[in-house]
Amino acid sequence: MRRRFRTPPRRMAAVTAVAALGTVLFGACARDGGGVESAGEGPGGGGRRTTVTVGTFGVFGYRQAGLYAEYERLHPEITIKESVIERNDAYYPQLLTHLAAGGGLSDIQAVEVGNIHDVATTQADRFVDLSRAAGVRADTWLDWKWAQATSPDGRTIGLGTDIGPIAVCYRKDLFAKAGLPTDREGVGRLWAGDWRKFLDTGRAYRRRAPAGTVFTDSAAGIYNASVHGYAERYYDRRGRRVHARSPAVRESWNLAVRAARDGLTARLKQFEKPWDQAYANGRFATVACPPWMLGYIKEKTGPAGEDKWDIAPAPRPANWGGSFITVPKAARHRKQAVALAIWLTAPEQQAKLFERQASIPSTPASYAMPQVRDARNPYFGDAPTGRIFSAAALSVPRLVIGPHEQQIGTAFTDVGIPQVEQQGRSPGAAWKAVQKEIHNAVDE
Amino acid sequence: MTTATEAVGDRPAPPPEDLDRPRPSGPRPWRSRLYRWDVRYSPYAFVAPFFLFFSAFGVFPLLYTGWASLHRVELATPDQLEWVGLHNYARLLGDDFFWNALRNTFTIGVLSTVPQLLMALGLAHLLHYRLRAAAFWRVALLTPYATSVAAATLVFVLLYGRDYGMVNWALGAVGVGPVDWQNSTWSAQLAVSSIVIWRWTGYNALIYLAAMQAVPAELYESAALDGASRAQQFRYVTVPALRQTILFTVVVSTIGATQLFGEPLLFGGAGGQKGGASHQFQTLGLYLYEQGWFNFHLGRASAVAWTMFLILLLIGAVNLLIARGLRKSR
Repeated sequence: MRRRFRTPPRRMAAVTAVAALGTVLFGACARDGGGVESAGEGPGGGGRRTTVTVGTFGVFGYRQAGLYAEYERLHPEITIKESVIERNDAYYPQLLTHLAAGGGLSDIQAVEVGNIHDVATTQADRFVDLSRAAGVRADTWLDWKWAQATSPDGRTIGLGTDIGPIAVCYRKDLFAKAGLPTDREGVGRLWAGDWRKFLDTGRAYRRRAPAGTVFTDSAAGIYNASVHGYAERYYDRRGRRVHARSPAVRESWNLAVRAARDGLTARLKQFEKPWDQAYANGRFATVACPPWMLGYIKEKTGPAGEDKWDIAPAPRPANWGGSFITVPKAARHRKQAVALAIWLTAPEQQAKLFERQASIPSTPASYAMPQVRDARNPYFGDAPTGRIFSAAALSVPRLVIGPHEQQIGTAFTDVGIPQVEQQGRSPGAAWKAVQKEIHNAVDE
Repeated sequence: MTTATEAVGDRPAPPPEDLDRPRPSGPRPWRSRLYRWDVRYSPYAFVAPFFLFFSAFGVFPLLYTGWASLHRVELATPDQLEWVGLHNYARLLGDDFFWNALRNTFTIGVLSTVPQLLMALGLAHLLHYRLRAAAFWRVALLTPYATSVAAATLVFVLLYGRDYGMVNWALGAVGVGPVDWQNSTWSAQLAVSSIVIWRWTGYNALIYLAAMQAVPAELYESAALDGASRAQQFRYVTVPALRQTILFTVVVSTIGATQLFGEPLLFGGAGGQKGGASHQFQTLGLYLYEQGWFNFHLGRASAVAWTMFLILLLIGAVNLLIARGLRKSR
């Protein structure tokens, strides 16, 4: 590349322009995000408005349920802006890096239940202690929900939003063809008290199963529904890791493995395309469903499933999923954010959210409110969803959460159980693979 | 990079008008000095933005990753580095998951690169003939390259579905039982490789085509006069003339295969970073991602990243040796 070139006189100007462009670009990198003070004209007529930002993952439904609009009406000086990242596995690492950098944070940040322990134990000093905020009373929330967001030294960094008490969604049409009862009380009685009875029902179903259908969607679904009903799963109350020997894990693992080996499952992985397609094709008759899954089932099964699904209580009460909202200390509008967080998680608002979004409130006072008490879901045969799920919520044990909750959980649901269910490996080998996986993930 | 600095370091010869020579009167010497500086230093200013950006977004992360790989760093507290020396690397040596990922990267790399380049060569040969609507065929070849990895992979996931996939439906039509593509090692790796092949064959074919068009037509003419068939012309004229180009595509494809990430991630669906329940299609890129962003061990992830970098340097060195050999043999 040897080339001679003439030098036009305007070159210096070009150099300056390039240098200036570079500076501008670098400068642009330095500034981003954050709350914006906008001097707009509020409905109250003029004046400065404060923009409070809310960062969530998935669909929290505050905007859809009109809660932001209502709050803005009540507080004309506030504007609320929401930023959403679809999946928590992309949202949470970003939240951690923003926390460490002390910038780029929203005024309110949502945290999923699988991460709340890590945040409460390792990051508590980066969050506002909401238990000291005016108007917050611990007994507003279910005690286990409150405890999950509380750090070892007693600071509560997150207010509970929804929870995920588990029921069993079942197809009435398939149950009828298999000669099983179809009314929700009768179905609930089939397996009340023990997930093993659920498998017995599965075997009865298999004997007279309509062609092309199986009893339930996945072994991992059974595992999750069962394991989340025990107080101590991967950690005991003293914080020791017990994932290899706790009765919760042992019992749930055996259930899942037996279901897989007896051919009671459709060998599907939840939240993947084939699972969606199986809903549309009516491939399985039951799925363990927290309330947040109802919308998903309805969407994937489509209009053809109208009045075919129904909801019965699960064998044992359990909680799968749920979230918190927090206020980082680095929030721009901390005071306003705390006020908004308290308002959003108050029983009245949680009840309204349930009406729109079917998220079960974590505040027991909501359960008596008409939006929850009288709620029925027309798609699921007018099932009294409010009563079914709130009854389950009240009997959920006080769940102990530890660090690496998600990594340990996925080692069972994404590695061990599919190895048995989909790859036909022996349960012994799969169990060893799980232990190895966990050992690699937790790094001790 | 080296070519850029060479070009810059090479001082252009003084223009013929002798503007450089100092003149006795007025502002002349000052202007000519300015002019000389302009000639000498402006090229640096022109390349400076690239190097500024490259050092900010290339060199710095590279060095910082190397620094982090010598520490225990957790994503929850990325500002706390605890010195562990070479522990993260030593750990990798005894880490079955790492070796498995390395093996998978290699097999998927071979499964995707070899057929891809052979097919590209054949396609380029066909395109080199006089064809009707030649431009159309060339553009058509490049369309897979222009689609996004995500979109392409999601379609392939549907095609390779176990229960409702089109591939199994077609196999069933000819009496072959359904294949659980994701769950056995070879079928999963073949499926991932097929996505890579689909995306990159056309791109390589166009590179070969460009090189073929630079081969002098007389060579083909004289070969034809000597009675060489088209296949023989391809074998004895085209391929030898394309050696340098082939080497280039091999190197680029190998680098791409070493960094393979998007296709296996999305092929795995929810929890795709594990590359299947037995990690049967987890590549090095996925393992790095899993360690850093799911298990939150940034130090370890950095060590994997640097190991990948060293592997690439090794590939580069081998390439250099082969290229030198090729040049000598000519």
